Amino acid sequence: MADPMKIRATLQGDVADVRVLIAHPMETGQRKDAAGKLVPMHFIQNITAQLNGKTVFDADVSQAVSRNPVFAFKVKGAKAGDKIVITWTDNKGEKRTDETTVRAGS
Amino acid sequence: MRHALVLGLAAAVSWLRASAQAPDPTAAEFDKFREVLEQDNPAELFEVKGAELWRARRGPKNASLEQCDLGLGPGVLKGAYAQLPRYFADVDLVMDAEARIVHCIMTLQGFTYAELAKQPFSSLVRTPEPVSLVTYVAAQSRGMKFASPQNHPKERATYETGKAIFHYRAGAFDFSCASCHGADDKRIRTQPLPNFTKPEQAIRAVQGWPGYRMTGGVMHSLQWRMNDCYRQQRFPEPGYTSETLSALLAYLTVNANGHVYRGPGIKR
Repeated sequence: MADPMKIRATLQGDVADVRVLIAHPMETGQRKDAAGKLVPMHFIQNITAQLNGKTVFDADVSQAVSRNPVFAFKVKGAKAGDKIVITWTDNKGEKRTDETTVRAGS
Repeated sequence: MRHALVLGLAAAVSWLRASAQAPDPTAAEFDKFREVLEQDNPAELFEVKGAELWRARRGPKNASLEQCDLGLGPGVLKGAYAQLPRYFADVDLVMDAEARIVHCIMTLQGFTYAELAKQPFSSLVRTPEPVSLVTYVAAQSRGMKFASPQNHPKERATYETGKAIFHYRAGAFDFSCASCHGADDKRIRTQPLPNFTKPEQAIRAVQGWPGYRMTGGVMHSLQWRMNDCYRQQRFPEPGYTSETLSALLAYLTVNANGHVYRGPGIKR
């Protein structure tokens, strides 16, 4: 199973700054292994974020994104204690969902 | 969305170009760049993984590592990393963090040294469990001062051994660690080299480790770093978590005592 994500959601005014670290190899399908064989493509294709059940972020991404990537976005109208749920799906059909609550900022 | 690798390469290139003329302002820019990266350090992923591994019941003995004594008592993690290497009476040895964690994996979970030392370093496809564990343990000392003790006679003796190893010249190049890291203002190409014999610079030997390397996207520990130094000197490979490396790490860490540890780092 895929490794857990690291999600931070910090409030600044009524805007939540959400930062998501994902553990994923993000293989492009171009790289060769030590034996000279192509490493098959394995990359995240879709990422969604839900704020209290409502989708606020839905991104289709490609092999151009780095290994163990970071995604950062801002959500307007969030409150402290709101639930943020992040889900990614890759080209092999693997997926992972993690969640966090929005923290009040400084 | 950020492409850590691309950014890293771009920054390395611009830094190389600029540092040829004026080292100081560029070094400051590079520090700023590093600071931005540290906000979203993938090392945190390995910290999370290490936390899971710490609590997971694994191995022939089906036990967790929660009873592992890192020097402050069984299961006490807060500040333990900043006080390693230290003397452990149960093995009558001075051990660094990874050596102690490997010891716990062997005694508590029943894995063998041969299994753990077979492929001890991270690759693109695999991060060994001790690397994630040492990242988790190190993170529990974030913001604390290094205080590797020098109270027990063995701790003082190990420091002296480490110092001797640091200055020991041998190998195909007749090199020692001190050849590059024993005097001020040395560099390899344009890379300035810290002088680890001086306290104010010794911190750079242990700060930022364990570290996430953007080149390759792998997490590495100090055991790997020391091994790689020996490889670069064309020495025979030192044993994984051997007394040699614990002694060398004791020397470097004690020299850096008093400096604040910023937690697992990110490297270019």
